[in-house]
Order: sequence, then C-alpha cells, then structure tokens
Amino acid sequence: MSFPWANEYKPANALTQWLDEKLPLPRFVYNAVGAGYPVPRNLNYAWNFGVLAGFCLMLQIVTGVILAMHYAANADVAFNSVEHIMRDVNWGWMLRYAHANGASAFFVVVYAHIFRGFFYGSYKAPREMIWLLGVVIFLLMMATAFMGYVLPWGQMSFWGAKVITGLFGAIPLVGEPIQIWLLGGYAPDNAALNRFFSLHFLLPFVIAAVVILHIWALHIPGSSNPTGVEVKTESDTVPFHPYYTAKDGFGLGVFLLGYCTMLFFFPNALGHPDNYIPANAMSTPAHIVPEWYFWPFYAILRAFTSDFFIIPAKLMGVLAMFSAILVWFFLPWLDRSPVRSGHFRPVFKKFYLALVIDVLVLGYCGGAPAAEPYVMISQIASIYYFAHFLIILPIVSAIERPEALPFSITEAVLGKDESATLAPAAAH
Amino acid sequence: MIRIISILVGAFFSLALLWSFGNGAASFIKEPPAATAEALFHQHPKHYSFSSDSAFGTFDKQQLQRGFKVYKEVCAACHALKQVAFRDLKAIGYNDDEVKAVAKGFQIPVYNPATGEVNTRDGLPTDHFPPVVYAGQGNPPDLSLITKARHGGAAYVASLLTGYAEQEGYKNEKGQELLKLFPDAKTPDGLYFNPYFANLNIAMPAPIASDDQVTYTDGTKATVDQMAQDVSAFLTWTAEPKLDKRKQTGWAVLGFLLFATTLAYMAYRNIWAGKKGH
Repeated sequence: MSFPWANEYKPANALTQWLDEKLPLPRFVYNAVGAGYPVPRNLNYAWNFGVLAGFCLMLQIVTGVILAMHYAANADVAFNSVEHIMRDVNWGWMLRYAHANGASAFFVVVYAHIFRGFFYGSYKAPREMIWLLGVVIFLLMMATAFMGYVLPWGQMSFWGAKVITGLFGAIPLVGEPIQIWLLGGYAPDNAALNRFFSLHFLLPFVIAAVVILHIWALHIPGSSNPTGVEVKTESDTVPFHPYYTAKDGFGLGVFLLGYCTMLFFFPNALGHPDNYIPANAMSTPAHIVPEWYFWPFYAILRAFTSDFFIIPAKLMGVLAMFSAILVWFFLPWLDRSPVRSGHFRPVFKKFYLALVIDVLVLGYCGGAPAAEPYVMISQIASIYYFAHFLIILPIVSAIERPEALPFSITEAVLGKDESATLAPAAAH
Repeated sequence: MIRIISILVGAFFSLALLWSFGNGAASFIKEPPAATAEALFHQHPKHYSFSSDSAFGTFDKQQLQRGFKVYKEVCAACHALKQVAFRDLKAIGYNDDEVKAVAKGFQIPVYNPATGEVNTRDGLPTDHFPPVVYAGQGNPPDLSLITKARHGGAAYVASLLTGYAEQEGYKNEKGQELLKLFPDAKTPDGLYFNPYFANLNIAMPAPIASDDQVTYTDGTKATVDQMAQDVSAFLTWTAEPKLDKRKQTGWAVLGFLLFATTLAYMAYRNIWAGKKGH
C-alpha cells in the first residue's frame, strides 16, 4: 500500500511496543499522516486544501455538537432558541458564528480542492476511486448544509426548505407524494424541522466515514502532484511528516486568519438578512436565494424557463441541476488524455480557465433575482458548463497534443542532470 | 462509445437551454420588462456613521440610553422587543435599581390556571420585554433583530425614520417625478409614502415627527435626525448585544494567529531548507 522505501514505524518504548502488538493504532496513524507516508516532494499550495477540508469537518462537528446542547428543534421555539444561544449561552454567539461561517469556509476549501483536482487531472487512473468518493462527500456536504440552514427557522430557512423539497415535486406522477413524504406534511413544519435536525446531526459522521475511505483510497496509489508524473524513486518523495505537516500547519494558519476575520468582524456578511425574521408561512420573501455555495447550481436550475418537447421546464431544471454534479462521477472516463497535469495541456488549460470564469458567472447569476438579464446570462453559462464536461473534454482529450513532460519529479524540482543522460542534450 | 453518449447528453442539455434562451430573448425583445416605480424611486439608505461601525468601534452607551428612551416612549407603543430581557439593560450602563424601575414600568401578562383569567403583574429584571398587542392596520414587526434583518442595518432604520416625504411632486435624484411617470403609484389611504421602504408605501405613520418629541436628559439636542440615529444605535445593540466583546475577542484571536502563523512559516522554511525548489 506504500512505496518500498517508506519509513517503518518503530515503537519508541515499552508502552507503544505493547500497544503496537495489541492494537497498532499509532502505526496506522504513522503510515497514514506521519513519517511513514512518502509524498511527492513537489506539491504546491493547491495541495493544502484536503487537510483544510478535514479540519473544517472537525470544526463543524465540534461546534455543532455543542450548539445542539442548547438548540431546540421545535418549530415554536427553534428561532428563539438560536437567539438564546446568541445572548445567554456563554460564548454561544462565537459558537454559532463559528458554525455558520465554518460551513462557508468548508465549501471554500472544498471548492478549491475540487478545482485543483480538475486542473491537475487528479481524477485520472489510478485515482478514480478517490475522486468518486470525493464527489460522494460533496453531495453529502450539500445535503448537510441545506438541512443545517433550515434549523434556525428563519424566513430563508422555511422558504428554502419549501423550494428545495419542491424540486422533488417535479418528478412525474410520484413527485407530490414524495414531497409530502419528505416533509412529513404539506408544508415545512415541525415534522420537517425535526427530521432535518436528526439528519443534520447524523450526516457529518457519515461524511467522516467516507473521508476515511477517501484517504484510504488515496494511500493506495499515493498523492498526485503538479507534474502529473508518477513517483519513480525515493528521491521523488519526502515523508509526510515533518515536511507536509509543517507546510499544512502554515496553510492552516493562513486559513484561520481569513476564517477568524469573517467570524469576528463580518459574521453575517455571507448570510441573508431575511433569516433573522422568524419563519412565516403566510409571507413569501421577495427573493428566495440559497446560501452562496449553492448559487452556481441554483442558476442552472432556474436557467430552464421553457418546456422542452414533453419535458416540463421545472423537471428539466431539476434534472440539469443534479446532472451538473453527477457528471463529475463520469469525469475519469470523459477526459481520456493520458497527461494528468493541466500545465502540459495547452488547449485544456484555456478551457479550464473558461470553466472557472463560467462557474463564477453562474454563481453571480444564482444569487441575483430571477429576472433579465441574469436568466439569459445563466442560460449561456449553463450551456458552457455542460458542454465543457460532456462535449469539450472528450474531444479535446482526443485531439490535443500535450507538451513534453519532465522525466521525473526529481528532475522537475532540481533540473535535468546532464551528466546522467546517455546522449548529449539537444542545444537549447 | 462513452464519448458518443456524453456528447449526446451534452447536446440534449444545450438544446434545451438554447430553446429556453431563445424563448426568453424573444419575449425580452417583444416586451422589454417595464420599469417599475420601486426600481426607479426606491432609495438606498443614507450614509450614517455609528460609533460601533468600524473594526475598533464600540457602542456609545450614552447614545444607547438615549435610543432606549426613544424606543420606550415612541416605538414601544406598537413594536415589541421580545428577545431582550430587562436585565440585559445593565450592559448599556443602567444599574440594578434603574433596571428594576424600568422593568416595573412594563406589565407582564400572567395566566392563572386556577381561574382561567389572564392578569398582569409588574415586570421583573428577569422578564423579557412583553408582547405588544396591536389593533391597528398593518403588522408591526418585533424590533429585537431588525437591524440584522434588513439590508443596510442601522442606517436603513435611521433612513426609514427620517425618510418620510410628500409624495406630491416627489422627484428622484435623476429629476424624474414619481406621480408623472407612474400616476397609479399614488399611495393608498392608510399608508404613508416613504422612498426608503421597499415598495415605497409603509403602514407606519412617521413615528418621530418633531424635534424634542423625547426629552433628553444628557443635554443632547433632540432633533428628529438625532432621535432616529439614537434609536437605530440602540436597535443595533438589541440585535447584537455581544458586538463589543466579539470585536475585542477578534483582535486577540487575530493577534495570536498572526504570531502562530509566522512561527509555522518559519518552521516550514526551516524544515524544507535542504530541499531545493522550496
């Protein structure tokens, strides 16, 4: 499961030796994220986000479990219990803001992690399983975040729950019964709030379990790297500890500086003011928008404004919104280029940049009111989104002529060793 | 095979989107969306500055007390403040006796299960501000969180309070006259014209109508603008009573993180020193 030159765990004293014989947990950690895991020596800062995502998950679980000690999942008191946390619970305001902004921070680092994967071809063989599990984690995160946003029982909580469960109502024939079954009623109320709380508490632990599988799958081929060239010799790698624990420690510090600036100085900047109004089934907010991390997908949902042959516009939008994420599952088989890293793919590089801009445009339109010109812009941007993954990537990977790859990771870092080459190098 | 299927699926979504785009563009050209009175005449909040605005700013307790006086004598007739307890007022500079006196001035409804009667008793410091029964037109919102529940926050509240205008002859900054462009936008009876309100017509009559409506005891001149700002500052506090502590904690946390991150950076450089390229 690792390279032959990986350091071997040696228990330092009688206690760890005893433990190693009975339950080799220290050995497991040593091999997973310690000196026993050889990692390519050329990872750049884009490789910091995996560890940061793991940190965010822990942060959300710790703050969330404490918040759950003070929160009451009952439609009559949920809103007031959140205010009770903000006012009367010791440091409750900090816990709640840490949790709410922690969700945003989690999505920031996970989006960075995903787009790093897009650029460096991290989804390609032999790492398909890591990628597939990653998409599963992302889907679970979206479900968890959505249900968490319902819990404060403000106006956006209520109407967000109504809109999102309403998506299931678009399914032909069985849609409406499914929606009622999901909500436990005709509209979001106590039954919905309670089950969302229950699932919101459960799913993070499911995420943690899939994260373990994600890391397990990672340790079989080992980490990818910015050149996309596989590890060949010991000189290509460094032990995870202390090299990457040190680098991740610095990355964590930078991340925390940004996160704590939001938490302590702009804690409501990413939220919607309407969620400080208690849920009211009789008053619809002027613009129902989800949290910012759903905006690109919300824009795709709303881009379908006309029925397409026999398919109603709403169903089309729901299909497209889910497909926009499900398409990531097929990515390893859509992009068939044998070259992993975008650095060496001149055509792909341009389309990747277009995708980044496209998703930002979609995000902007998803947060804007459902009016022109935003709808037309999101229609064009959605076309590019689907074309990028389903049409452009398969064609580009078939016709593109990649640039020359370095011979090895060591060569990429230290330069070519001219004395070691058999034939004289071509004149530069 | 995968390539053909994926291109077909991509074409399916693209065509459906093109169809939507075509229909949308056609109706956009045929009937461009008409300008609305709200879009042209709704005003963004005025620029007010409060002592608690900046990253180092703290509440001005004197102002919060004046704002509380405005709330108690003007707003409290219609608007509740149910998230706030009387004991919380100690945070804006009242002592125990003053808090008891304030609480006593409010009547708390008590249900007597033995007789089925609802009576009232004097408020205690542990009580929250009681609900306000309002029989008039409209639905006065609870004000506890109002500055967090509206875009623009305290500046919005102050702008709304001072923003009532005569609708007849009202012009926006472009010089367009509301009732000439939109004769139908005339404010209905029972509502009041206020361009800072989202749909321009609000059910609340101007609550702060004249100077010295509230008597200030600290020597500040009680102009309409001053009272509006004071009560907005007070409502910033009711919405976020831990604001000062939050920012104070924030600076300590950022200071520590800056120190720790610098150390982490030096450790990182030190460990990688032998590896070229880093």
